[in-house]
Amino acid sequence: MIAVEPEIESDADGVTVGSSPAAVELHRKLGLTDQELAAITDRLGRAPNDLELAMFSVMWSEHCSYKSSRGLLRTLPTTGDDVLAGPGENAGVVRIGDGLAVAFKLESHNHPSAVEPFQGAATGVGGILRDVVAMGARPMALLDPLKFGWPDDEATRRLVRGVVRGVGSYGNCVGVPTVGGELLFDPSYTNNPLVNVMCVGLVAENGLAHAIATTPGYAAVLFGSPTGRDGIGGASVLASANFGAGSAEMRPSVQIGDPFAGKLLIEASLELVERGILEGLQDLGAAGLTCAASEMADRGGTGIRIDLDAVPRREDAMAPFEVMISESQERMLAVVAPEDVAAVQEVCRRWGLPSAVVGLVTDDGDVTVVQDGEEIARVPARALASQAIEMNRLASPPHRHRAAPAPGEPALAHDGLPERGMDPGSVLEALMGHANLGSREWVTTQYDQTVGTDTIEGCDKTAAVLRVKGTRKALVMATDSQPAVAAYDPALGAALAVAECTRNIAITGARPLGITNCLNFGDPGNPEAFWQLSESVRGMGEACRALGVPITGGNVSLYNESPLGRIAPTAQIGALGLLEDLDLLIRPQFRNEGDLVVLLGEAGAGMAGSAYERIAGAAPDDRPPSLDLAREASLQKLLQQAASEKLLNSAQDVSGGGLAVAIAECAIWGGLGADLTLAVAMAPAVTLFGESPTRVVLTIAPEHWNGLARLAAGVRIACRRLGTVGGDRLRIRLVGVGATGAAEERGAGVADEVDVPLSELRKAWTMALPRVLGQEGHA
Amino acid sequence: MKVGVVVFPGSNCDRDALHGARLAGAQAELLWHEDTDLHGADAVILPGGFAYGDYLRAGAIARFSPIMGAVRAHAARGGLLLGICNGFQVLTEAGLLPGALRRNTTLRFEHRWVRLSVERHDTPFTRGIPAGQTLRLPIAHGEGSYYLPDAELDDLEQSGQVIFRYGPPEGNPNGSVRDVAGVTDASGRVCGLMPHPERAAEALLGSDDGLLLLRSMVESAAQVEAVA
Repeated sequence: MIAVEPEIESDADGVTVGSSPAAVELHRKLGLTDQELAAITDRLGRAPNDLELAMFSVMWSEHCSYKSSRGLLRTLPTTGDDVLAGPGENAGVVRIGDGLAVAFKLESHNHPSAVEPFQGAATGVGGILRDVVAMGARPMALLDPLKFGWPDDEATRRLVRGVVRGVGSYGNCVGVPTVGGELLFDPSYTNNPLVNVMCVGLVAENGLAHAIATTPGYAAVLFGSPTGRDGIGGASVLASANFGAGSAEMRPSVQIGDPFAGKLLIEASLELVERGILEGLQDLGAAGLTCAASEMADRGGTGIRIDLDAVPRREDAMAPFEVMISESQERMLAVVAPEDVAAVQEVCRRWGLPSAVVGLVTDDGDVTVVQDGEEIARVPARALASQAIEMNRLASPPHRHRAAPAPGEPALAHDGLPERGMDPGSVLEALMGHANLGSREWVTTQYDQTVGTDTIEGCDKTAAVLRVKGTRKALVMATDSQPAVAAYDPALGAALAVAECTRNIAITGARPLGITNCLNFGDPGNPEAFWQLSESVRGMGEACRALGVPITGGNVSLYNESPLGRIAPTAQIGALGLLEDLDLLIRPQFRNEGDLVVLLGEAGAGMAGSAYERIAGAAPDDRPPSLDLAREASLQKLLQQAASEKLLNSAQDVSGGGLAVAIAECAIWGGLGADLTLAVAMAPAVTLFGESPTRVVLTIAPEHWNGLARLAAGVRIACRRLGTVGGDRLRIRLVGVGATGAAEERGAGVADEVDVPLSELRKAWTMALPRVLGQEGHA
Repeated sequence: MKVGVVVFPGSNCDRDALHGARLAGAQAELLWHEDTDLHGADAVILPGGFAYGDYLRAGAIARFSPIMGAVRAHAARGGLLLGICNGFQVLTEAGLLPGALRRNTTLRFEHRWVRLSVERHDTPFTRGIPAGQTLRLPIAHGEGSYYLPDAELDDLEQSGQVIFRYGPPEGNPNGSVRDVAGVTDASGRVCGLMPHPERAAEALLGSDDGLLLLRSMVESAAQVEAVA
């Protein structure tokens, strides 16, 4: 991560500061406020020296300290029967039975990817892989939710190509399949793409590793790539401030990834964990050695003494602060009993990785840095880590925002039903060919999805499904976000993302075990941006509590702004689910001619934030659809029940593009059309293309209708037959008050209907991305 | 009957190949690149991955690793040797198989399911594949475009060394000359292919066609072992 880069005001004049009045200003150049400097002085009982200040500046960055978000995050539900490790660890861990557990986490690499898309994305993958490895888990899957500006300019298309190649390059090389994610275009991400990556890994319950140093006298072994100057956030500012100016000023602050070294590091780390000779293990990410040393000591209630001269380097004449905060990639810090050091170093040698004893665990609670036998920094570990400063930020809503009506509140006239009189077939084709809804194949063919021989369902469906070797179990994973709705109502957007993500797990028949998240927002010093963040955390927490799913970890990325403005509030959600018996797996595509198509749930009003709004517009005072969390929980339980009773042949949730798009996807994937009839209560657009949540399209064998209807009635979920699967066209007749009204207004003799050959829908869907990004993936 | 799977630094399909060999009925063991003997393996697989990072050229460095001496000797004795994806690249770089693998003509990494036609059924790697059956396997590579100059390719085809070709409906994914997906050496006992049979060894994962190939190899090696 560029830990400090976004927070530093650039020194445009390049003023060299060396004299003492200006030296007082060093903290500001490092991105620390006067208030923060006072807090540091208070914690130390003296003024910090420059090296100590540099260590604080990276550890007290938003990325490492969560100083603006910590108070909010404490409100989230993080515990559960299955949770073995929650927030604060390198990754969350949940139990899946049979002595096995799963580590998973989402992380962002937004700013580096904006600067250098290929390396930024690649190192983002490398970083999240190491977080999972640091728990002792073998990574088995990656998912990459990506957001970009609208791809109508070459700069954005270049970012897309670079990021996709970067994600692919790292994941493909280390041999971890990329099995899911998102690709979403929205003008608010112009110049500030979001590159979030989720990693899922498998670990034996008794083989969990922890990032902790508990035993004084144990050695800290640094292994992996030698340390260089790459990835020193704000290095130019540091250099011009006090550490000698020069060419370092121009050094890029984006880290360079080496997936080959990353692969060796994964194998060596897992071998060390398996041999049981580590007390603690942590990867070096943001804030490098400073972060790993202080967090491990703080967790164990110990101190750690770092001998700078022992750190293997790839550049000469590095200043102490550079060694301490370098974010060079592919490094890990292990805490080891003295008698096991030789064994640890032998494993590293076998994997071709440099290693060195760089520190000693102490009982004084301090991180001390020693060079040439002289102590050059001494800071309490907890002051850097768990007792970092917290900021009280102001939150205030924008003057005007459009919240959803409360569940059950009637749709009023001013909800602004969309204009009547459209040709629904053409709208459906336009939506299927929309860059946000069409096939992701342009991206996903660049990802190895099958390495590891566990992938049952990869990127091209709603949720990814991987089997767990040696068991009957499968893991189900998905990512979701609702920035378009969140732009109107951040709490609703975050809650909808949780609901959709867990629903995507539930439609496979699986049970959601946990949620990870990445909170991508603007400058928390701006009250409106902070309001978006706090509302999103509130919505996310409410949804998780209502659905009974704990949040086991995540990451916060702030300052996502460009000269064009702030990004849409983006609470990125990742969910992990467990299917106990993979024979019970339900897939989304239509399977059999003659199956009944059934809709669970009911369409609600509110087209704001929908894909339809984006292409057709909506009434200016329309609102987003509302979410009834209790009903959502019932629906998800119903799905699991129906799946376990083997009533379902397919299940797909209704989300982007609405019911018609969900049905079209089932048809395209299954290669089977359908002949359906829909009752229109409000307007055809709401019924066909509205994105109100808590709806699922099922297919069942006709003889299961009674059983399914009974289950649904038991939990008061609407359950309607829409028609049957078959043929090579998708036909949806519209009946009811809304439908005929619309046709009459247009002067048409008969009601509108969708009647489109499947081949045309498939063509539009397949060409969606090539149309905007070009046929080929190369730059 | 024992299959040895070589682990180069950067191999990432080693455990997949091990899993596949076991599904095909063999005992299987990983062989470390620094070793100089094959621990009694009757057949050897060079697995997919990015051996030594592939920063110079795919497979260009792996051929110098210590284990390759033992692998060469194994092939010279008539032992069965299968290179999958990066393993195929290593075998061409080592001169154990003809041709070269160039960058995909799409200039991208390509992960796709493809369909292979099987050109011969009398090799140790294809003898168990029913005549007329095509194989549905995944590819996952950036440098898999098979190349050999026309005249040499004529000879290769003449001698029956082209044993797999990309076929319909998906067709040729990487621009390989004459749709070549896999070849053997002159003896027919060393085989390389870009697609991954070990990833298509269970119907649950989308196809078990790859198992036909792996099982052919395992059964052929077992026969040799029985005769010896």
